[in-house]
Amino acid sequence: MTPGFILLVILALAVAGWFAGRAKAAAFPRATGAARAHSLPSQHGWFVAIWAAAPALIFLAVWAAVVPGLTLNEVLRAPAASALPAFPMERAAILSQARALSAGQTMPELHPLAASLASVWGAAATRYGMIGLALAALLAFAGGAWAWTRLSPRFRARTRVERIVMGALLGASLIAILTTLGIVASLLFESLRFFSRVSPLDFLFGTLWSPQSGDEGTFGAVPLFWGTIFIGAIIAMLVAIPLGLLSAIYLTQYAPPAARRWLKPILEVLAGVPTVVYGYFAALTVAPAIRGFAATLGIPGASSESALAAGLVMGVMIIPFVSSMADDSIAAVPQSMRDGSLAMGATTSETIRRVLVPAALPGVVGGVLLAVSRAIGETMIVVMAAGLAANLTANPFSSVTTVTTQIVQLLTGDQEFDSAKTLAAFALGLVLFIVTLLLNIVALRVVKKYREAYE
Amino acid sequence: MADHSLNDMAAGQRASNDPPKMEARNVDVFYGAKQAIKNVSIDVGMENVTAFIGPSGCGKSTFLRTLNRMNDTVSSARVTGEITLDGDDIYSPEMDVVQLRARVGMVFQKPNPFPKSIYENVAYGPRIHGLASGKADMDAIVEKSLRRAGLWDEVKDRLSESGTAMSGGQQQRLCIARAIAVEPEVILMDEPCSALDPIATAKIEELIHELRGRYAIVIVTHNMQQAARVSQRTAFFHLGTLVEYGDTSEIFTNPRETRTKDYITGRYG
Repeated sequence: MTPGFILLVILALAVAGWFAGRAKAAAFPRATGAARAHSLPSQHGWFVAIWAAAPALIFLAVWAAVVPGLTLNEVLRAPAASALPAFPMERAAILSQARALSAGQTMPELHPLAASLASVWGAAATRYGMIGLALAALLAFAGGAWAWTRLSPRFRARTRVERIVMGALLGASLIAILTTLGIVASLLFESLRFFSRVSPLDFLFGTLWSPQSGDEGTFGAVPLFWGTIFIGAIIAMLVAIPLGLLSAIYLTQYAPPAARRWLKPILEVLAGVPTVVYGYFAALTVAPAIRGFAATLGIPGASSESALAAGLVMGVMIIPFVSSMADDSIAAVPQSMRDGSLAMGATTSETIRRVLVPAALPGVVGGVLLAVSRAIGETMIVVMAAGLAANLTANPFSSVTTVTTQIVQLLTGDQEFDSAKTLAAFALGLVLFIVTLLLNIVALRVVKKYREAYE
Repeated sequence: MADHSLNDMAAGQRASNDPPKMEARNVDVFYGAKQAIKNVSIDVGMENVTAFIGPSGCGKSTFLRTLNRMNDTVSSARVTGEITLDGDDIYSPEMDVVQLRARVGMVFQKPNPFPKSIYENVAYGPRIHGLASGKADMDAIVEKSLRRAGLWDEVKDRLSESGTAMSGGQQQRLCIARAIAVEPEVILMDEPCSALDPIATAKIEELIHELRGRYAIVIVTHNMQQAARVSQRTAFFHLGTLVEYGDTSEIFTNPRETRTKDYITGRYG
């Protein structure tokens, strides 16, 4: 019995329940005033349909979880199963062959035992499938019938349905939240395993990062943190803040409406460029140009992968982010401020410098913090353009590495899962998560406080 | 009949014993294709407070904003005719709009102090125009302006607090102090009390009395009692035209035009 068929049966019963509920409600005596039926016929229908479908679906979910275990038990109790080898892997291989065979798949090298077990497996699966179908159908029918008997002119089907809808919406949001919590928990537990092997102090304050050296490697993450800050929070922001802010000022204050209509979407296209495209732009175009430039200036330590190349391109990527936050903040400063300043005889640029930008500053700062949190979590550009050498240097022409680059490096390729190397990736991820979370919280607070100031 | 009333209006436009500070002749204002002001001619005297009254949408605020060229900030607005300040055409290409607005200050309907300290709000204008030669000089300008706006005693101990944290009435007096600080010759007030409670309104009206004579004052108001209380000359606008202009006492007791009479007796508005 396929789950699809059982779902169809439940759905059919729910539809039948809907019509039955509506028909019963439609037959209520017509009256006016206080004697009028509380809910519309279709609302009664929905009440019955939900009661038919929901318990049966919940049962089906639980049933689907326990059936494989029950089936396996049944197969193992069969006489033929006594011949199964005791060695776990071989045993599991034969059983999985039997299951695949019973599901109708064909395979070349079949173990003889699997063939005999397959029929047992098939019989058990069919039986449990039938039981499941019967129970689900019974539950759907019972639920629907119970709901149907409750219908009366005074019954508040409308309120009930509303409550169930609210429950469903709550469930949807809970799934998102629980998933996030699950991710955080897995990060946390794997990090704890890492910290049981490597001291957190060595990790957070050590200046030598060499995960491949020796058996256990050396995990001093300071060069990674520095590289991340150097590229994401310093070089990228030196590009993004001035360009983003100035373009926002031009777009909100100087651009004629027609120009604004064209320029703003074009600027926002920058945000839609896939980061991998920025990545090869940085690696293939910008980085060689910078190396050549550094070489002509005679700057030592210029490499083909440089902090400057990654930072500059990342800054360009962040421009629309900063500019749209700044645009919002400046546009949120009331027109009356601008008028007040102009009426004092201030020029447009004086008004911008002395009134609009200071008034919009908290919003701009919030936007910049969000941009920083975006930049330090950015992966593709730095993987392609920043390099892997964990240098602790302030020379923008040399290669540095970042937290995200190293996470990619530690987890790609064949790795044993519980080595310190792999676990280090989780610890790095945890640090990155905590930092971006804090940045986001602070930024949203700043922005919110600023919004309140004008409302 | 039509001729007669036109002549009367022409006589009324002249401020009898008051030297004109600003003169408007045949002013039309267009927003795109829509004409908001039709052929308005009026003199604003130095000694008297002039009130512009009229129903909503009659163009009184629009006309007020032509007097310091604040309509320039609306890209679709177009002004024709002639407006002079001390005989100089303010719409001529030689007129520096920054200087004009320093000479013709404005107070808006809703108090709009900058989100800066009280001190910095008042110091804003003198600072951008370079009126103070040092810290002591600036302190003096700030104190004098706040005193003239009747706010000094209330705020002298908290000059560093934000201007936006004060009450609405105080904010509006701060805006008046801010306008006074650049030593304007004319102050335009666009319904300065419409967002204020009666007590704050009374304070602003008192302030207007005190400022009279030092600055030429033009006030737009919805409130006819207010016009009667604070002004000596009243102009009644209707549908973009100047219907009648004369001494306030005349307008309110003995209007020459039926439309004026209907408006001040509450027939429409």
